[in-house]
Amino acid sequence: MPADSMSNSWLDRDAGPVVRPYAVTQGRVAPTGGEIDMMAFVVATPAETEPAGRLQPEHHAILAAAWEPIPVVELASTLDLSVGVVRVLLGDLRSAGLISMYEPPAASRPHDVDVLKAVVNGLRAL
Amino acid sequence: MDSVRSDRNGASSRIPVALKILIAGGFGAGKTTMVGSVSEIRPLQTEEILTGVEGADDIGGVESKTTTTVTMDFGRITITEDLQLYLFGTPGQDRFWFLWDELSQGALGAVVLADTRRLADCFPSIDYFEQRGTPFVVAVNCFEAEQRFAADAVGRALDLDPGVPVVLFDAREPLGARNVLIELVEYVARRQLLSAGSR
Repeated sequence: MPADSMSNSWLDRDAGPVVRPYAVTQGRVAPTGGEIDMMAFVVATPAETEPAGRLQPEHHAILAAAWEPIPVVELASTLDLSVGVVRVLLGDLRSAGLISMYEPPAASRPHDVDVLKAVVNGLRAL
Repeated sequence: MDSVRSDRNGASSRIPVALKILIAGGFGAGKTTMVGSVSEIRPLQTEEILTGVEGADDIGGVESKTTTTVTMDFGRITITEDLQLYLFGTPGQDRFWFLWDELSQGALGAVVLADTRRLADCFPSIDYFEQRGTPFVVAVNCFEAEQRFAADAVGRALDLDPGVPVVLFDAREPLGARNVLIELVEYVARRQLLSAGSR
């Protein structure tokens, strides 16, 4: 095949995912240990010893990205994984005690007016 | 003032406050443009299970479940180190309604983008937020000067509840999009103060 025609081929990421998203989780679609809000913050807890096996590259990537607090959606976007997949992986890490999770305040709770004022001031300063 | 932070079990870092704002509206109303003009825009993939049983007990039959990938526009505005705004351009198609439920859960509010050439496109978004009680503002994206309508005429045409702000803006201009967000947050604060006062 001439080299020119190759340039129109779908290569690498353009070709789309090679494996279906939940292959990363071995087909598991729900995180162990309960639901995880997409706005929850994740922080890696310093591990004294390397946990025994079972961690996949994606788990390690999450731990590396969560060295400071990072929301679930930000992890998904940064690591180019879907939110659902990240949740399952976070469930694993949570069960293994490798991360702390901080859920957002209850949805029923009104937003703090002082926080809203700070947002308005911050937006004006943009 | 109550702290809005969650409990900490000895983590060394402070946990920021992250607020969620939805940017909704019909196809081509300017959602992507708006998210991109005020924040650093990135794609966010959600892979959703359309059918199937919820719960951890029933994950054996994964092969039989239907999943669909939805890519949303997603952007962050850092107000301070401890306070971040996240914008989500919500997928407009009806078959993605299920996604909205989680997105609107705990959201600060929503911006419904309206295109006066296709005003009806934003009706479903308005209905949705009205039913859920999510505060929203309507932002009329004025692509060209001759398309400008009076804001109150748009409000009447949409049969909005009194008090729902209608803003005219250009989604391409960062200041325009920023002002829409300010309008929304001020509206949310007004509602909050009113409901606190009536208790």
